[in-house]
Amino acid sequence: MNSYFDFAATHPMPDEVRETYFEALKIVGNASSIHGSGRHAKELLENAREEIAEMLDAEPISVIFTSGGTEAINHAIKGIFWHRQSNGKDTILAPNAEHHATIDTIEWLEKNADASAVWLPVDSDAILQPETLKTGLAENAEKASLVTALWANNEVGSVNDVAELAEIAKDFEVPIHLDAVSALGYLPLSFRKSGADALSLSAHKIGGPVGVGALLLDRKLKLESLIHGGKQQRERSGTSDVAGAVAFAKALKIKTANMDSAIAELAKKRDYLVTEVMRVIPEARMLGARDSRLPGNVHFLFPGTTGDTMLFLLDRQGIDVSTGSACTAGVPEVSHVVMAMGYPEKEAAAALRFTIGDSTTIPEIDALVKVLPEIYQTASSVAG
Amino acid sequence: MKVLAAMSGGVDSAVAAARAVDAGHEVVAVHLALSRMPGTLRTGSRGCCTIEDSQDAQRVANMLGIPFYVWDFSERFKADVVDNFIDEYKAGRTPNPCLRCNEKIKFEALLDKAIALGFDKVVTGHYAEVGEDSEGNPELFRANAYAKDQSYVLGVLNAQQLKHCWFPLGKDASKADVRAEANERGFRVASKPDSHDICFIPEGDTRGWLNEKIGLEDGDILDLEGNKLGTHQGASGYTIGQRKGLNIGYPAPDGKPRFVLSISPVNNTVTVGPKEALQIAEIVGIRPSFAGKTVDSIGEEFDCEVQIRAHSDPVPAIAEYFYDDSEGGQELKVRVRPNEPFDSVAPGQSAVLYIGERVLGQCTIDETVSAVLENSAIGE
Repeated sequence: MNSYFDFAATHPMPDEVRETYFEALKIVGNASSIHGSGRHAKELLENAREEIAEMLDAEPISVIFTSGGTEAINHAIKGIFWHRQSNGKDTILAPNAEHHATIDTIEWLEKNADASAVWLPVDSDAILQPETLKTGLAENAEKASLVTALWANNEVGSVNDVAELAEIAKDFEVPIHLDAVSALGYLPLSFRKSGADALSLSAHKIGGPVGVGALLLDRKLKLESLIHGGKQQRERSGTSDVAGAVAFAKALKIKTANMDSAIAELAKKRDYLVTEVMRVIPEARMLGARDSRLPGNVHFLFPGTTGDTMLFLLDRQGIDVSTGSACTAGVPEVSHVVMAMGYPEKEAAAALRFTIGDSTTIPEIDALVKVLPEIYQTASSVAG
Repeated sequence: MKVLAAMSGGVDSAVAAARAVDAGHEVVAVHLALSRMPGTLRTGSRGCCTIEDSQDAQRVANMLGIPFYVWDFSERFKADVVDNFIDEYKAGRTPNPCLRCNEKIKFEALLDKAIALGFDKVVTGHYAEVGEDSEGNPELFRANAYAKDQSYVLGVLNAQQLKHCWFPLGKDASKADVRAEANERGFRVASKPDSHDICFIPEGDTRGWLNEKIGLEDGDILDLEGNKLGTHQGASGYTIGQRKGLNIGYPAPDGKPRFVLSISPVNNTVTVGPKEALQIAEIVGIRPSFAGKTVDSIGEEFDCEVQIRAHSDPVPAIAEYFYDDSEGGQELKVRVRPNEPFDSVAPGQSAVLYIGERVLGQCTIDETVSAVLENSAIGE
């Protein structure tokens, strides 16, 4: 049995979610059909929509189920951009430490749809300072199409002051999309209080199924569709995944119940892991914000190593970790997030991310900390 | 023993890894990423480097029940193989990038990393054999399957490297046997085509690729007397011994075809002449390496066989290692005189010396001496 320190990659599915999911898979009927079976499917789908809306302080009409976080992000960015482009609003503002789902979408629009990108520099904790956004919007007030930003950084766990960012966007009358994929389940989220016009979510990051996500859209927001067809949902076509939606709602329900105490418990384990790593490897440098931070995220640079070698050696011991950055063909890229935080490429290559969850135990953390010094030493002896 | 199996995604490395697992070793599979921007699909006769090849390798590793990783050597590969290839061409030499990749990537970067990570051996699907002399020094031998023998491209390995190499396919009678075994083991790659082309040059278009990299410029085609016969499209795009594509408008006085005899990138000239002028009576090799014990009989002539291309036949020769002190230093070189002249040799090629089936070592051809012309430095 492996020790799992990669909850941010995907969250194990709790038994209750799996049972609910299997149960929902048994139903017959397309939620768009008019007959009894269809109505039953529709009922389950709409119940899930309502539950998710309620837990996230949104209206049910705001919840658009998608095939995952990446589709939601693509839909929000491209949809808003395409809608506003005809009015001369062609400039997308985003921090330079976003997830690739955002970066690659914007770069595609630059290349194929005459978009302009303004990459806003994040601070040394990967946080977008509100002043930076204000300046960026002031300089592009006429042309700004949308603002998009991570609620919480998926690599280093720093949490943006999204309400403040949304307030600023509102002042400039520019819609704002928030990528809340890594924040969901780890922070109390209120769509209404966030002030966002659009917000992207993914089910498998909280124990729901892979291939299920949601895009929350303010009822006043206008955007183009990404996927055309049967108009099953507002702005989004495609037969609804009823079981996926039901399982997503169940997973969110588990995360939302007793959230405050769960977060406190998780943060305690996180701080223990941080303290222990620094005790056994004093050279290790923790990255990301200390206070505004996801409770399950631990991110270190281990100077003189590369993250992929550390990962390899930990994996040989049955411990699952991540470099945190994207992989191309099985090779981790040097993190653009860590570089955006001001580290040169060589130092950034030493990044390693440990993400923990409710099921992580102290003995598991102790076992990791026990093997870490020797692994660090071996990894330091491997060139490049 | 802890064994690292280097898996390209081809049939040979798949079978080699399987045999290492059968032998009861602790085996970990590694695929080498040699490009930051790998292609998605395999094209033409290339056997590695795409995502499809990586997946082929992973599928075999899964069947063998061994962990699979991709290690990124793209920067080293670019610096040590691709850039070196370009530089060599710019200098008018014809390098062998596969040999260079074995020297610098597979059996240096990869091997060093494997040893640092605690592995005892690296196993690959090369057709060659590692043995040991009476004193325990490692030795390298030709494969049993002569048609597939790859000892030439491994000739650059030294004793230290060979100590950690394992080539389980060395004793196989033929590639067909290896394919049959892969088929029996249920590997989908059993019928995957062999790779031939240079992996980093798409579509096998070396000249087009070089043109993109070094910007080939038109220049003069000269005869041996220095008379201009025509115009070429960039000296570095030609190979010694090349006959086609010269586009010289009129025939030679004797009516015989003309061949590229030499390339001078400095003057951007290509010198052509009759086939006989390609006959090389002697080569001098630099940077010799020894596939096992270093030769101690410096300054003594000895009989050997020499091979100057991956797929050419070895020829009997007399060789002698010597110290060249002309530049003030003491540089070890090797002079090789084949019993019958070589037919076209390009500086930059590797010459591998054999004593019977055993690889003695390798050197890079630096100078050639014509068998027929008095002025050996053709066209320079």
